[in-house]
Amino acid sequence: MRLRVALPLVFLGGAAGTLARHLLGTALPPVGGVPWTIGAVNVGGAFLLGLLLGGLRGGPLTHRPRLRLLVGTGVLGGFTTYSALAVDSVRLARDDVALGAAYAGGSVLLGLLAAGLGVVLTHRHRGRS
Amino acid sequence: MSALDPGVVAGVGLAGGLGAALRYVVDTVVRRVAPGYPLGTLVINTTGAFLLGLVTGLVADGHLGPHVATVLGTGLLGGYTTFSTASVEALVLLEERRPWAALVHAGGMLALGLAAAAAGWWLAA
Repeated sequence: MRLRVALPLVFLGGAAGTLARHLLGTALPPVGGVPWTIGAVNVGGAFLLGLLLGGLRGGPLTHRPRLRLLVGTGVLGGFTTYSALAVDSVRLARDDVALGAAYAGGSVLLGLLAAGLGVVLTHRHRGRS
Repeated sequence: MSALDPGVVAGVGLAGGLGAALRYVVDTVVRRVAPGYPLGTLVINTTGAFLLGLVTGLVADGHLGPHVATVLGTGLLGGYTTFSTASVEALVLLEERRPWAALVHAGGMLALGLAAAAAGWWLAA
């Protein structure tokens, strides 16, 4: 796709997703130093991207490259964050190595499971229809 | 001024859009260089973790104000890096029966991200 079409879509989606994460993170700040909200945003975003991917593959959203850029690359890409996961894990590990490792490893494992669940749900849905 | 100050919120949104657009450009370029493995997300998330480590270190000793740090960290670098794409890419590698590539994408990226974040933080402190 041409950059002049793709970039505005990714920019708009990314701005919306990033704003949503900022507002959620501000409304529900870390408890005991653990950024649960950002952890949940990441796992939830992985689930939603799994759903989108499943829907784009042979589902009702097949061949929707602009939708994929706006919602997938833009909104969900901006909503979730890897830099905060890495820095927050290091921050937690400075006081408690086990807690930092659990936050980092738990996020990645749950993210994989959530993405898989999202894809499986769209397959089930397609199987019934 | 708080994290919900209109200026900060607008800055975070704008920076998040710019970060996401930058991610798209980097991913498009890397995809041409290394087809067959989603190297772009690995590069993006590792460099983003390093830069957020730098920002975090600069804030800790007062070289960077908290609102500038929020716009750069939560906005620009939060929009630049992505967790959802990394998760889905590792899942697709598993589906393609490439377990080692999936392990590198999930575990290797995490190890690199943590090391990069710690290195950035250490350099700035």
